[in-house]
Amino acid sequence: MASAAGAAPLADVDTSTVSGRKRGRTGYLLLLPAAVWLGIFFVVPFYSLVATSLFDPSGSDSRGYDMTYHVANYWHVFQDYRGPLLRSLWYGALATAFCLLLGYVLAYAIAFKAGRWKNLMLVLVIAPFFTSFLVRTLSWKLILADDGFVVNTLQAVHVLGSDGRLLATPVAVVAGLTYNFLPFMVLPLFASIDKIDHRLIEAAGDLYANPITGFFKVTWPLSLPGVVSGTLLTFIPAAGDYINAQLLGSPNQRMVGSVIQSLFTDANNYPAAGALSMILMIIIVAMVLFYVRRAGTEELL
Amino acid sequence: MAFVGLSAAALKLPFFGVEGAQVDAAECVGTDISATDKRLIVSNWPAYIDPRRKNTSTATVFEQTTGVTVDYTADINDNSEFYAKVKNQLGSCQPVKRDMMMLTDWMAARMIDLGWIQTLDVSKIPNVTANVIDPLRGLAWDPEFSHHVPWQSGLTGMAYNADEVDEVRTFEELLTREDLKGRISLLTEMRDTMGFLLKVVGAAPDDFDDDDWHNALDKLQSVVSAGQVRAFTGNEYIQDLAAGNIVACEAWSGDVIQAQVDNPAIKFVAPEEGVMLWSDNMLVPNLAQHQANAELWMNYYYQPDVAAKLAAWVNYICPVKGAREEMEKIDPDLVDNPLIFPDDEMLAKTMSFMALDETQITQYEGEFADVTGG
Repeated sequence: MASAAGAAPLADVDTSTVSGRKRGRTGYLLLLPAAVWLGIFFVVPFYSLVATSLFDPSGSDSRGYDMTYHVANYWHVFQDYRGPLLRSLWYGALATAFCLLLGYVLAYAIAFKAGRWKNLMLVLVIAPFFTSFLVRTLSWKLILADDGFVVNTLQAVHVLGSDGRLLATPVAVVAGLTYNFLPFMVLPLFASIDKIDHRLIEAAGDLYANPITGFFKVTWPLSLPGVVSGTLLTFIPAAGDYINAQLLGSPNQRMVGSVIQSLFTDANNYPAAGALSMILMIIIVAMVLFYVRRAGTEELL
Repeated sequence: MAFVGLSAAALKLPFFGVEGAQVDAAECVGTDISATDKRLIVSNWPAYIDPRRKNTSTATVFEQTTGVTVDYTADINDNSEFYAKVKNQLGSCQPVKRDMMMLTDWMAARMIDLGWIQTLDVSKIPNVTANVIDPLRGLAWDPEFSHHVPWQSGLTGMAYNADEVDEVRTFEELLTREDLKGRISLLTEMRDTMGFLLKVVGAAPDDFDDDDWHNALDKLQSVVSAGQVRAFTGNEYIQDLAAGNIVACEAWSGDVIQAQVDNPAIKFVAPEEGVMLWSDNMLVPNLAQHQANAELWMNYYYQPDVAAKLAAWVNYICPVKGAREEMEKIDPDLVDNPLIFPDDEMLAKTMSFMALDETQITQYEGEFADVTGG
């Protein structure tokens, strides 16, 4: 379907060869604002980040930093901060899995079952974005407070011990991540599922597929583009997030985002902070490329 | 223009290294236009002055008596963040569009070292030289108030919730008592927390060596590994203490006084090991254009009656002699509060943290962050 859509403009260009050059120039002119924007706010800072990660680690603010192509920075920060790095990927993956589970059910319900409530439900999914990310995370602190309703109930049914708690545990951090990034999962899923022709699902039933087989043979494959973009939109920010770990976790749940922040602002160790940012980025880009290849939806990139 | 300058600076960086941020303050003196342009641009921490809208507030009275319009912003939330914010400008002798900013001792010392701060005309601030309380005089990094003037001071000690636990008397108890396990918090401010840990392992925070440092850090690591510490926090510990998520913590005096208004069970303790005394200081950055007005402001706030009025609202330690007598007229309840006007017993216990050079800052802050980050 996508390739057909892509072919149409091509054919258009072929038939109008007369004004081809002029048209090309307009295209570049139209690209210009975005290119300048990307140049200033992406390429330059990125270049500067790469440079910083290769600075001589013995530099300091007052003396300045020399460019020594000190690649060992990467190895050192990887050794020092392997823990938070892996933890971030793990929490990000967990949160993404929970988001997929909750988000799929929700998106499916909105697309197929909500009827005239569809728009209202979509608004409700987005509604939390009207308040700040920080405020929403802080309110989780109230919900999960040590003598709050949730913890008391869980203690009463002996899921938690009598001095058990949720705050300052991985549970709270993953729950916070799941909550905060859920809309990023629901919206792409909804867009995909909503487009599925319901008659295909009926046809599966007519051909004696039970609902479970029908779901995995028809609905799931057709919703895959939504699943892929939803998981990417959730996993990438979740793995780099530091607010949830900082507000809901304890020192033992620190994620790589806060390590980078404290290296940068408190320790003023710019080379290490730069190298760690680069490592995080390289890992995520590698994982995303691999994932998109495997999922077979290259047109996403 | 500023935008173009900024991106040009960014373009200069890559692969050519970064020049040092050390400048010579004597070469970055701004033209003082105080006399013709009666303005003063101040950056301060949030909730660190009595409400300025009121006709009787200290800032309004200053404006009325001097004719200087104060452009006041509460845009300092964290010393390190503020440092990162102004570093590019001050480090290359460019103006930061401020005449005064308030930073904590160690950051003030660091900025003075880097040559970012202008020398004050001491003859124009007679109230300051006359009225600063004794414990804040003769600091190694600026003994004569030629670069800094304390705005407000505070103590770092401990707080606990008397409804939940018995009194916590020493810092060692905080770190080891079984009934506090997993229910205490410490501060992310390295100098505050490590000052106490150095004391706990028997070293002096104002004069220690690498071995002492590592002993103290190992102690902290063992406490964290044992699960005693629930969190390392900035200001937000006070909400956790009020909500009962933690029952005892390392705490700043001003926060505790304000929390006591809502919950009298919250108590401040000066641990037997000592208390850290610190100040946030008024500094005039390089290329400030209204230094004379800034000095008017400093001199004004060192009048005892003005200082008392300010202290009655912000509830931090008042660095001005004579303010205590003036406080009798404003709010007699606060006169005997040792967290606003510390008594001799409290002052005898104060300790301060050694001045660190840059290599030490990177090493110590980095190692401290590694422990607090698990």
